[in-house]
Amino acid sequence: MKNLIPELVILLSSFSLLITGVFSKTFNKIINYIIIVLLAALIFVVYFNFASSVTLFGNSYTIDPLSNFMKTLVLISVLFTMLISNTYLERLKIAKFEYPIILLLSTLGMFVMISANNLIVFYLGLELQSLCLYVLAAINTKSLKSSEAGLKYFVLGSLSSGLLLYGCSLVYGFTGSVDYSEIAKVATEQSGALKFGLVFILCGIAFKISAVPFHMWSPDVYEGSPTSVTTFFAMAPKVAAIAALIKFLNVPYANFISEWRTIVIVLSIASMFLGAVAAIGQSNLKRLMAYSSIGHVGFILAGLAIATPQSLSAVLVYLVIYVFMNIGVFACIMSLNRNGVYFENISDLSGLSKHHPLIAICLTILTFSLAGIPPLAGFFAKFYIFLAIIQQKIYYLAVVGLLSAVIAAFYYLRIIKVIYFDAAKESYEKNSNYGIKFSLIFSTVVILFYFIDPSTLNTIVESITKNIK
Amino acid sequence: MIAHALIFYLLSSITILSSIMVISSKNTVHSVFFLILAFVNVSCLFIMIGAEFVGMILLIVYVGAVAVLFLFVVMMLEGNFVKVKQGFLQYMPFGFFIALVIFFELIIIIGSWQFRPEFIKTAKIAYDVKETNTVQIGKLLYTDYFLPFQLSGIVLLVAMIGAILLTFRRRDNLKRQDILKQSSREREDSIELVDVESNKGVKVND
Repeated sequence: MKNLIPELVILLSSFSLLITGVFSKTFNKIINYIIIVLLAALIFVVYFNFASSVTLFGNSYTIDPLSNFMKTLVLISVLFTMLISNTYLERLKIAKFEYPIILLLSTLGMFVMISANNLIVFYLGLELQSLCLYVLAAINTKSLKSSEAGLKYFVLGSLSSGLLLYGCSLVYGFTGSVDYSEIAKVATEQSGALKFGLVFILCGIAFKISAVPFHMWSPDVYEGSPTSVTTFFAMAPKVAAIAALIKFLNVPYANFISEWRTIVIVLSIASMFLGAVAAIGQSNLKRLMAYSSIGHVGFILAGLAIATPQSLSAVLVYLVIYVFMNIGVFACIMSLNRNGVYFENISDLSGLSKHHPLIAICLTILTFSLAGIPPLAGFFAKFYIFLAIIQQKIYYLAVVGLLSAVIAAFYYLRIIKVIYFDAAKESYEKNSNYGIKFSLIFSTVVILFYFIDPSTLNTIVESITKNIK
Repeated sequence: MIAHALIFYLLSSITILSSIMVISSKNTVHSVFFLILAFVNVSCLFIMIGAEFVGMILLIVYVGAVAVLFLFVVMMLEGNFVKVKQGFLQYMPFGFFIALVIFFELIIIIGSWQFRPEFIKTAKIAYDVKETNTVQIGKLLYTDYFLPFQLSGIVLLVAMIGAILLTFRRRDNLKRQDILKQSSREREDSIELVDVESNKGVKVND
């Protein structure tokens, strides 16, 4: 029971907040603060139970250091999303009280996904979180683009869920069990059918993390949904899906490593390359971030494909740094508003250095980090991944990774050029929102000073990954 | 046994034929009727293998609720589906190609399954003939599958909240009846006695 506290608190608080929200009109204004406090408290709860390792509900739900780590990361990204998006929602008049509740329920879905030790529970968690995401994408009912984003995401997402379910049914049909550890026992023999199941399930998960060739939805959905929702999309669902993927590949399919390694490497190379090349022509910042996240997912998948404890540690470190970089960049995008209109084009960044030097410096540091320039955190994230790849002597993967990092540096540097060297435009509203300021400065400081003490994170992560297999 | 086989083949061929008719009939209302026919036949098939609970649920939920809802939607939409049909014909060869690929994949899979009986050994669902399967499903749902059961409840709740959130709009320019306001209205609120001076009249608000 003690180990289920985060899930139960999220569930029960979202129910009670929902009921209160229906009956009380003044509640709208404080519900965001209640949930922010709640999430911050939950981070501590998860942190204090960090080392616990149990399986619950007849071996279908595991809580271990890996899942606690991922849950903390999800909680951090949801917390900062809420901090950043407070004024944005009010300005756009979409600050309905259901919005943070849907966000909470989606977090619950991610928790279930992360902890699932059984195909049914995994699928239900996935469906719970994506159903919430479909609603969030379409939440701005006044905007045509938002509705389009929601519909597109819903249709393609259901298709991918269908593929995933088909894969699950094949796996169940040939192993006679949906339990991960039971599947692992039976899956020792070389069987063709289990590979089919693997491929279908991988397709479903690749869609959720927008790996190429299942990335089509992501630029449109990122652009169309409200920026606060895009912030959420860029971080939390990816963390959860990667956690589920780590578990799925290394528990039930641990004996199939030579089979799935090829698939994951193909996904990884395609994502790294497309993320770098397709972003060059973009003029919208949110679309650019979509392609940037596709590229980053490519690097994460490269780490997953190696599947040594060292590379999995690299993946976890990468995820942490990725989340913090995104918090900062989206906080910058959120501060580009003038008279209630939000700007989201790259050309709108010009003159930032003159009128808003703080935002300009933060954004510069963050973009350098996204590009992987030392000594910023983004460099270390990529460095660990490459180290793990080279130790396994898969050189071509490292070469493609390096090349795409160089290509990607071009469009990141273009942002910096626009900020500092283009003709200045009108200034934006001076930001009075402390949430955005705090998130921006906090994430920049984390990214900037990561190199002083990388070992703290590394020791935590290594203690987690050595127990995965 | 031969009667059993005959009924099985009758029901399953009707199912296949009616599902083909669902996608090929010109009138969408007819498609929905064929869909209902397919559902009814499938539920009969379930009852034949002894899964009477699933069969009945299929009847109640799919035929009773979903299909009738479909019917209403289709009758209200009344769209022009001829264009959609043309697109369908255009992509037919490609569709057949995909179907062929999947068909061969299925053959490979079923082959590997048929010739490897050790895969089926691991199935461990306890099946007790003495109890009806409603009882058995109930027992499983509230014990072994408690977590998935509750989670699917939450998924449905989210679907409901989402549907309300996206479609519900509060309109301001409507005049709504407020019974409390009406019955608590006093004479003084609405009637005012004024001494009208001659040649001046009264200024009426609103």
